[in-house]
Amino acid sequence: MPAITNDTVQKVWDMLATVADPEVPVLTILDLGIVREVKVSGTGENEKIEIIITPTYSGCPAMDMIRMNIRLVLAEEGLKNYTLTTVLSPAWTTDWMSEEGKQKLKAYGIAPPNPQQNVCTPELFQQEEAVQCPRCESWHTHRISEFGSTACKALYQCDDCREPFDYFKCH
Amino acid sequence: MNTSLVKYILHLGDTTLILAQQNSKWCGHGPVLEQDIALTNISLDLLGQARNFYQYAAELMNENEKSTKDFIQSLGMQTDEKITEDILAYHRKERFFFNLLLTEQPNGDWGQTILRQFLYSRFQYYLYEKLQEHPDTQIAAIAAKSIKETTYHLRWSSEWVIRLGDGTAESHERMQNAIDNLWPYTGEMFLPADFEADVKIDFSGLKNKWLDAVTSIVKQATLSLPENENKVYMHTGGKEGRHTEHLGYILTELQYMQMAFPGANW
Ligand SMILES: [Zn+2]
Repeated sequence: MPAITNDTVQKVWDMLATVADPEVPVLTILDLGIVREVKVSGTGENEKIEIIITPTYSGCPAMDMIRMNIRLVLAEEGLKNYTLTTVLSPAWTTDWMSEEGKQKLKAYGIAPPNPQQNVCTPELFQQEEAVQCPRCESWHTHRISEFGSTACKALYQCDDCREPFDYFKCH
Repeated sequence: MNTSLVKYILHLGDTTLILAQQNSKWCGHGPVLEQDIALTNISLDLLGQARNFYQYAAELMNENEKSTKDFIQSLGMQTDEKITEDILAYHRKERFFFNLLLTEQPNGDWGQTILRQFLYSRFQYYLYEKLQEHPDTQIAAIAAKSIKETTYHLRWSSEWVIRLGDGTAESHERMQNAIDNLWPYTGEMFLPADFEADVKIDFSGLKNKWLDAVTSIVKQATLSLPENENKVYMHTGGKEGRHTEHLGYILTELQYMQMAFPGANW
């Protein structure tokens, strides 16, 4: 029995791996760490699947679309007996982003998040994080703004190649 | 259904919704593009937090019990439709909004908007620190999720208070005016409403923590709190649905589409 269950779980994970993030389409929702768990109960006709997801930021406008895209992919695969649950706890963190995801981000021109560090505390005027330019790999960069084009990004500029770039900020 | 708890959740959601709505009016009008984007990002976070609270309140309000129906009616809403986050935001009148008066105060100039965010974010941070341990696990989860966002808001707004207060004579004067204008709306944060009786929070401890932090940043900004700041007359009533004249205008704009075309969707 567990073997069958695992099979289903694996199949669902494979389907979810094809769902892209609408705002950063090079990342899948698995790269982002949005999918927390796939649970299966019962067997055969009574098999029920629960997919548990969590938002990146409370106001992330992509969440509604991500839910819809998950439903579309599962519908295409003929999967019907499932529930899609959104949980808030534990709160999402950039530490859940996959290594592969970080590489894809960099190749796309967005600096991937550093591991969580002191910038996640309320202390003022903190030393900026050393963020590597995704284009020329220089570490001589500076922050233009802690808030960027989407909730999850900050705006940086490279002091060597002079290109401005997005940094997927640690959270 | 525990009506005090639901009212408390609405109070938390209304406060973040109204502040989000006020801040969002700066979209396209910020002093520079980066700060325009910063404030709209903050709005988006606050709006998301409001949605989380409303979704949870709606879930609790959809119990099919007479007392729940009575409660919904007591908030001026109809009981024949399913309560949703949108119904809570768009179908409630001013008298049944329980947000803090501070959040509905006008944007004024950039200084006043910054100061309003600063006073609230400081409070939100210390409050949510406590709410993370709330016995209701969903409230605790929303607080734990939100506080990570609030950390950014409070850092951003505090740094701007210091920059502007300790900036030019003009920016200093504007920040000082903002303090004098908004201070009378801060007392309400620490006066528990009836529905907060069950929320096991030490409001006087919270106030001391908040006041210490605010005082220290105001000093760093070379600004000053109003003289005898503890004796300033404090406006209250927001938590009970008694609002300043500003909320009516805010809701008129926010609810316009659903009032004109009920149930409109796209
Ligand atoms: Zn570069």
